Amino acid sequence: MLRKIRITLAIIAFVAITLLFLDFTGTIHTWFGWLADIQFLPALMALNFVVIIALIVLTLVMGRVYCSIICPLGVMQDIVSWFSSRRKKKKARFKYTKNKVLLRAIFLFLFGLGLCSGFTALVSIIAPYSAYGRIASSLFAPLWQWGNNLLAFMAQRADSYAFYEVDVWFKSLPVIIVAAVTFVTLIVLAWRSGRTWCNTICPVGTVLGMLSKYSLFRPVIDTTKCNGCTLCSRKCKASCIDAKNHNIDYSRCVACMDCIDNCSQGAISYRLKPHKSVKGTTEPTDKARRTFIATSAIVGSSLIANAQHKKVDGGLAVIQDKKIPNRATPIVPAGAMSIKHLSECCTTCQLCISACPNQVLRPSDDLMRLMQPEMSYERGYCRPECTRCSDVCPTDAIRPITVEDKSSTQIGRAVWIKENCVVLTDNVSCGNCARRCPSGAIIMVALDREKPDGPQIPAIDTEKCIGCGACENLCPARPFSAIYVEGNQVHHTI
Amino acid sequence: MSKIELSRREFLKKLGIGSAATAAALAGCKTDEMKRATSSTSPSSSEGMTYRTNQSTGDKVSILGYGCMRWPKLETPAPDGNVIDQDAVNTLIDYAIEHGVNLFDTSPVYMQGWSEKATGIALKRHPRDKFYVSTKLSNMHNYSREASLEMYRQSFADLQVDYIDYYLLHAIGGGSGMELLKQRYFDNGVLDFLIEERKAGRIRNLGFSYHGDIKVFDYMLSIHDKVKWDFVLIQMNYLDWQHAKQTNTANTDAEYLYGELTKLNIPVMIMEPLLGGRLAKVPDHIAKQFKQREPQNSIASWAFRFCGTYPNVLTVLSGMTYMEHLQDNISTYSPLKPLTDEELQFLHHTADMMMDYPTIPCTDCKYCMPCPYGIDIPAIFWHYNKCINEDNIIDDNSHDRYRQARRAFLVGYNRSVPKLRQANHCIGCGKCLSSCPQRIDIPKQLHRIDDYVESLKLQGPSK
Repeated sequence: MLRKIRITLAIIAFVAITLLFLDFTGTIHTWFGWLADIQFLPALMALNFVVIIALIVLTLVMGRVYCSIICPLGVMQDIVSWFSSRRKKKKARFKYTKNKVLLRAIFLFLFGLGLCSGFTALVSIIAPYSAYGRIASSLFAPLWQWGNNLLAFMAQRADSYAFYEVDVWFKSLPVIIVAAVTFVTLIVLAWRSGRTWCNTICPVGTVLGMLSKYSLFRPVIDTTKCNGCTLCSRKCKASCIDAKNHNIDYSRCVACMDCIDNCSQGAISYRLKPHKSVKGTTEPTDKARRTFIATSAIVGSSLIANAQHKKVDGGLAVIQDKKIPNRATPIVPAGAMSIKHLSECCTTCQLCISACPNQVLRPSDDLMRLMQPEMSYERGYCRPECTRCSDVCPTDAIRPITVEDKSSTQIGRAVWIKENCVVLTDNVSCGNCARRCPSGAIIMVALDREKPDGPQIPAIDTEKCIGCGACENLCPARPFSAIYVEGNQVHHTI
Repeated sequence: MSKIELSRREFLKKLGIGSAATAAALAGCKTDEMKRATSSTSPSSSEGMTYRTNQSTGDKVSILGYGCMRWPKLETPAPDGNVIDQDAVNTLIDYAIEHGVNLFDTSPVYMQGWSEKATGIALKRHPRDKFYVSTKLSNMHNYSREASLEMYRQSFADLQVDYIDYYLLHAIGGGSGMELLKQRYFDNGVLDFLIEERKAGRIRNLGFSYHGDIKVFDYMLSIHDKVKWDFVLIQMNYLDWQHAKQTNTANTDAEYLYGELTKLNIPVMIMEPLLGGRLAKVPDHIAKQFKQREPQNSIASWAFRFCGTYPNVLTVLSGMTYMEHLQDNISTYSPLKPLTDEELQFLHHTADMMMDYPTIPCTDCKYCMPCPYGIDIPAIFWHYNKCINEDNIIDDNSHDRYRQARRAFLVGYNRSVPKLRQANHCIGCGKCLSSCPQRIDIPKQLHRIDDYVESLKLQGPSK
């Protein structure tokens, strides 16, 4: 019974969290967005004490049910392991192993050290929720979107607006590589021996394991009923039941309740067990605020003025793709407050990137901010009515922000590149940047002060510019825009 | 980039082939079932096409003329750059000739310059005395004598003919009006040359097609004594009859143009009888009025009957891309049933009502294309007009249907026009302005549509 409840809840949570990463319409988030907020590491980064205390209490009372129900990476491994055990003669393929204390300690120590010293992005590679986020967003989401596009294709033919096509685009090689390697590693580990990852590498597993040792409720073997068949041990995916000695290693038990249902003698039950140890001060060490200042290399920005090659094919002019300008400072979303804040708090789960409807956010390639979100405007711009990334972020790396606050937050400012401007290169009148600037920061002025009616060029009122990138995205100059946004190290209100 | 666009066309094309196949299948049915199984759009071959006689040459011209500006397109252009689906053109032309259509009107610049070749290939498969071919001196951009004569001679080669039945000075009245007219045809002696060609028999009828500045039209008629125009091609339909000037003050009502030509006894050829399809796809409640009167007949048939009702009309050109349009138009004109006075009144009344709809008077002629910045101008206007006709332009977010209309507009917009070719990328350089025969202020309209899109996006799906 307990096992069935666990499986039901786990499936619901797993599907819902996966959908958070797949759904591009933003509807799932309204209902299940909280599932991202109750993930352990994101809550820790967000200093969401309510969630952290609730998770600690949950673990101290019920054991590591977090790992069996809430953690999507754990549930994913259970699914793989379940398929593995459907094979003939593999129904009871596990055996008890020793607790690898040293290995667990080393991984936890390195992870804590990374967080404290600002290498959040790098160490987040092994953070469970983030790892799952990367897998879902870079491996599952494209399949989902292609499926959607097929439906959109059919809807279009039926003259229905129920589905619309979305662009499936390649965002970042590092993320795909990391996601693919993690995914394959997990499948191999889970296929062979269940929860190996969770009980050796996973830092959240280790921290919760330290707590679950003292949990109130736990599976207990009744030695009077046990006939020594060792089935429980052979079916324990955490390899934590030493059936011979009737011992269970509670630091590794993920409270899946499989052993209870599997025992033909009814010798194992989930019950209260009083013990002497003082509950306590096992607060994780990685809470200290970081002092490390991430200094990103300042690369001199020089934009190459590319001549316009407007091939005319008669029907439609060929449109060159835009190229990313060489930004000296990256742009991060309003709500992130500063590049430093984002890089310290973001666990690279990719949720904001999956949620961005404007194709603006993508994972960074910079080593210090690897896989953390950054913005670029060659596919779209940061629409004034949208606050999706700040709504979904579970770690508060991008803090919730209102549309009004966003419209007065300067995340960067526009820079004009004279050499690219079509007013000069094509000798036409333009002003599309000024026309579409949502904050009215671009003023069209005469190129030559002596000729007020002559060619008009854009001038940027930096005091009004919020760095949304409408100008950069809608600039007709290609592949490099004649106006582009340079990021701000620290955001400020205009 | 144009995948979405193509797929829509592709779909319609398949639909066309499908219905053609159905028609063919139906034609094979036993006679008993014929009556029940034949749809009203299938031509009633028993009656036959209506013909009009051209006084100057005695030509018996079918009242339905085939406009070769909108041939079916290939999904992707062929290696040599050809954009036209030749097989489809052959099928359409064969069908048209078989059902009595005998005038084919093209131009060296239609279909990105491939129309004459494709039309020539298809017509070559029929005896030369079975059809009249019409083409134009489209020297809008390079009007030197050499380039103009070169264009004239190339038409013979591309159409594979040694005489041209109807030859036109193309789209006069545009641009700078009189000045451009003089430059294109008078200063370089090209008109005199063409008159000589007519004497030599290589041109059987000489005329001009007209859009725009009325001074040019009046001037051309004033020299009729000297030149003797055999025919004139004008834009005429029940909307432009009395409302052309209302649409744009620079325009002239077709009633005046037709009247002046009739006074001089010059046969009139008609273009844009449907306004590029805008008179086939009308606002829903207007469509209902048409259907109330003639439930079996298409809405387009009214526009064709309108043009045919005027006796001085020689032929009505229609650019038919799809077989079902061809069949429908043949059906309308086999034979023509002229409108009664009451029906004419009804159409004038309908035209008044249509003027209340702020559709953009684009006829999808694509003369504005290519936009150097890649904007798909006709596709944007097409989508906007479609939404107006379907009552999906709703700016007020407290409106009951706001949410539904917003979705139809925005989702449909992305389907009809690739994102990079949408109105927000129009920089307003104005290069398209001089080429629009309908004199639409294209950048202004594009920016107006873009402002609407922006307001929908900013307001979001609901209050």
